[in-house]
Amino acid sequence: MKRRDFLAATAASALPLACRRQPEFPFPGELVGPDLPTGHWVRGGLFPEPDHYEPVSVLIVGGGVAGLSAAWRLAGAGLDDFRVLELEAVPGGTSRAAQNHVSPYPWAAHYLPVPDRGNHAVLRLLKECGVLQGFDARGEPLFAEEATVRSPEERLFAYGQWWEGLYLRAGSSPEDERQYHAFFQEVDHWAAYKDAKGRPAFSIPRSRCSDAPEARALDGLSFGAWLEARGLDSPRLRWLLDYACRDDYGSRLDTTSAWAGLFYFAARKQGPGEDSRPLLTWPSGNGFLVEHLRRVVGDRLSCHTLATAIRSGKDGLLVTTWDGLNQRRRGFHARRVIFAGPQHVARHVIEGLSAARPASTRIRNAPWLVANLTLRARPPESGFPLAWDNVPRDGEALGYVVATHQSLRDHGPTVWTWYRPFAGPDCDAERARLRAMDWPACARMVMEDLRPAHPDLEKLVTRLDVMRWGHAMVRPAPGLLWDREFLALSQPFGSIHFAHTELSGLALFEEAQDHGLRAAEEVLAALGRPGLSWR
Amino acid sequence: MGEAPPAEKEAPLAQPTLKAPLLFISVLLIASCGLIYELVAGTLSSYLLGDSVTQFSTVIGVYLSAMGLGSWLSKFLNRDLARRFVDLELAVALVGGFSAPILFQAFAHTHAFRVVLYSVVMAVGTLVGLEIPILMRILKDQVRFKDLVAGVLTLDYIGALFASLLFPLLLMPKLGLVRTSLLFGLLNAAVGLWSTHLLKSQLGTTTWIRFRCLAVMALLALGLAFAGKFTLAVEEEIFSDEIVYARDSDYQRIVLTRGRGSFQLFLNGNLQFSSADEYRYHEALVHPAFGLRPDARRVLVCGGGDGLAVREILKHPSVQEVVLVDLDPAMTDMARSQPMVRQLNGAALADPRVQVVNADAMVWLQETSGAPFDLAFVDFPDPNTYALGKLYTSRFYRLLQRRLAEDGMITVQSTSPLMARQSFWCITATMEASGLKVRPFHLAVPSFGVWGFALASRQDFEVPNRVLPGLRHLSDASTAAMFAFPKDMDRVPVQVNRLDNQVLVHLYTREWRRWS
Repeated sequence: MKRRDFLAATAASALPLACRRQPEFPFPGELVGPDLPTGHWVRGGLFPEPDHYEPVSVLIVGGGVAGLSAAWRLAGAGLDDFRVLELEAVPGGTSRAAQNHVSPYPWAAHYLPVPDRGNHAVLRLLKECGVLQGFDARGEPLFAEEATVRSPEERLFAYGQWWEGLYLRAGSSPEDERQYHAFFQEVDHWAAYKDAKGRPAFSIPRSRCSDAPEARALDGLSFGAWLEARGLDSPRLRWLLDYACRDDYGSRLDTTSAWAGLFYFAARKQGPGEDSRPLLTWPSGNGFLVEHLRRVVGDRLSCHTLATAIRSGKDGLLVTTWDGLNQRRRGFHARRVIFAGPQHVARHVIEGLSAARPASTRIRNAPWLVANLTLRARPPESGFPLAWDNVPRDGEALGYVVATHQSLRDHGPTVWTWYRPFAGPDCDAERARLRAMDWPACARMVMEDLRPAHPDLEKLVTRLDVMRWGHAMVRPAPGLLWDREFLALSQPFGSIHFAHTELSGLALFEEAQDHGLRAAEEVLAALGRPGLSWR
Repeated sequence: MGEAPPAEKEAPLAQPTLKAPLLFISVLLIASCGLIYELVAGTLSSYLLGDSVTQFSTVIGVYLSAMGLGSWLSKFLNRDLARRFVDLELAVALVGGFSAPILFQAFAHTHAFRVVLYSVVMAVGTLVGLEIPILMRILKDQVRFKDLVAGVLTLDYIGALFASLLFPLLLMPKLGLVRTSLLFGLLNAAVGLWSTHLLKSQLGTTTWIRFRCLAVMALLALGLAFAGKFTLAVEEEIFSDEIVYARDSDYQRIVLTRGRGSFQLFLNGNLQFSSADEYRYHEALVHPAFGLRPDARRVLVCGGGDGLAVREILKHPSVQEVVLVDLDPAMTDMARSQPMVRQLNGAALADPRVQVVNADAMVWLQETSGAPFDLAFVDFPDPNTYALGKLYTSRFYRLLQRRLAEDGMITVQSTSPLMARQSFWCITATMEASGLKVRPFHLAVPSFGVWGFALASRQDFEVPNRVLPGLRHLSDASTAAMFAFPKDMDRVPVQVNRLDNQVLVHLYTREWRRWS
């Protein structure tokens, strides 16, 4: 051993010890899921055959919102012979939530824009959950007051203090204001748009959107290029729109399709010239909706279960799985499979898929870092008071959402959910960066981001847990959303049906639900049980 | 003094180099100052901690024993007595002069008020205890011993009388505790400065010591003039009356002021009541609902931690149980222990029928259940923040109805229909939107102006025209009359205040801005 190597090795082994003796942060915490090692086994592909295959009518692979919604639909049609397999310890995917002694809190998706009256599936779900309480005289849905985001909704930290709303009005020039209005006039134009068949350009879910060429053309360029073409270069406006891209898509103005950029704003408009639809939220975020779906699925859900191979067999599909909890192989013989996982997993698991559908490799998922901070009290601060969504203007992170906001607790302990997309152009490089981060690195990133707004926060934090999402959300890159081969990924592959939000190119609860219902209704039709669509 | 050294007795008196008669005047002044500091500490601690007998006796006890300690310590000072005396005056001036501001700050910002209190009393007492022995030793060569003792002690006691009369009659009403203590600090420092003149022959060069006197005086004068920049005096400017209690709780700043024959409670600088006319407000809040439900047994009070609404509620013999839900334990503790407040609410919170819950009323309503209430009184501060605004939303009134008996009544304090007309009607409209039948009413409360309430029930009801006999303000006829609205306060169309719009906070801050 050379002297230099010896020194390096000694230093390397001493360093962690030193760190342990003097922790950098005065609070504990850990890295929680998702289960990376188990998930990555799939790529190894060395799984022995199970000795026995349990028969089941429908096997749903993936217990996220798409898979649970498919199960909800099957159960609603009286088809009870199905199983849902989920790799993680809990279902819900990126809509999952957790709870501690202070409050329930989300681990990712945390709100739903109020659905319009045409979004039957979401209305049905909200009715079941007791959130939709009826309809007003004009036929517009009425929602429980406690589920609509409590005011104040958003605030922005800039110039050393908090301001109301996300668009910084203080100090904006007349030109900023002009461009702000010009942009929202464009949005109004698209909100008012109807194609020859009467379909809107933008609606949620996107299956209700027009495919007319003038609308589809927006997908041909980036949101940044689209703004540039209209002379919209106000830094404040571009900050707001870039924020929207990072928030909803994990990408930037220049890596987001203009169609997706306008979708974010126009699909949420109640109508041209009107406000954006209010948002529905719960202390556990969309975990509230997941909880309802989970109850419907009941004991047909198996967590800790990884599908390792899906191939055709006699009269159906042979699915090999690994039950991580009991450490055993388990086989299923299913008449139909709904694959409700992402395409990068489907390629490894479904025999023959990657050769038949090369377009699946075009899907890019942005990695995210999400942290939940438990605080013993609220920090003192200046300017606009604590809101639901609290966004620092500077930095890469998106700020934090206050879990106790909706439960009306305005004093004492709380939980903040902090979000940071890794929005660089190369998803793989960003993912590698995120995977290399240990807990102290993550905690440092969170605390440094929050320090300008809350200099003494460290003293108030009692716990900081971190989730590293490797594949948090699909990126609607220019040219993806209306690509024929990409859209064809939603079609069945033999007896395998696909359901996942990434098939929309937009990571939204409603998209996941829509694909879940579509896949379930395809299966119901194939099994000879067609019925009225819930979509 | 029988064992006094013969030298002291037999030595012939020196040439009168000092102006002894004038130094006797110093005794008068420093004696007054000493007693004032003692009175300030005693008064302040009985305001803040309640139980004035205990506070005064412990403060006086500590103070007198500290004076004893000072007198004993005086024997260790042997050289440069004149210089020591001036230094002593300056030390007393600083510690005594700033004692009231220090103690108010300690109460407001620390949890160790008693430690600070007795430390300050101890320090002032010790220093004051040193003054007279040192002065007597300075004068011993100039004045015959029997004249010295007689003169000093006479003036010491006269000064005490002087101070004890001045304090309650002039100083407290006109200046308040903080300014009184600063002013007497200034007087102490002035005695120091004057002594540099009177004791010049013993001091030698006086430039530096006079400079120090002037510096201390300047500091105290600055304290008097700019007390405004310390928090207390900022508030004194706002409040215009003397602050007798101030505390930063976890939720709000609680301040009691006293002046013009009454006292007032402020939360975060907003007047909650004046003892002069709060009976009008609390009678109107409580008795109209009882007029319609004279047999009410279970009563809920949301907010109202001052206990004044409970005082009115307990006048009704039918009441068996009162649950008071107030966020701030500091508030309900003050209502229980602060002598002025406790006297005003008739020790209502100590009544065995009353249960005090310290919780956010909305969270409490959402997360608890129990037997229904016959009457509910909602007495929150005005909706000038989002955290308060939520307590005026349709969701709040729905949660409240869940805990109300079928024929139960609610009364809500709903700000001024004259000064904040839209806000007032917004509260009525919001209560209606939650499914209540609402009858708003109003009356004049001089400290507030025209004030409004909303009486509500899930069932239709007629305006009450009977109230408990023997009230100070309400009669049967005047009760019914409160429900008529003149034109300038009449209903205006407004949005409903919901959790997701909080329109009331915006309306309220806009409307009140015009009046401030």
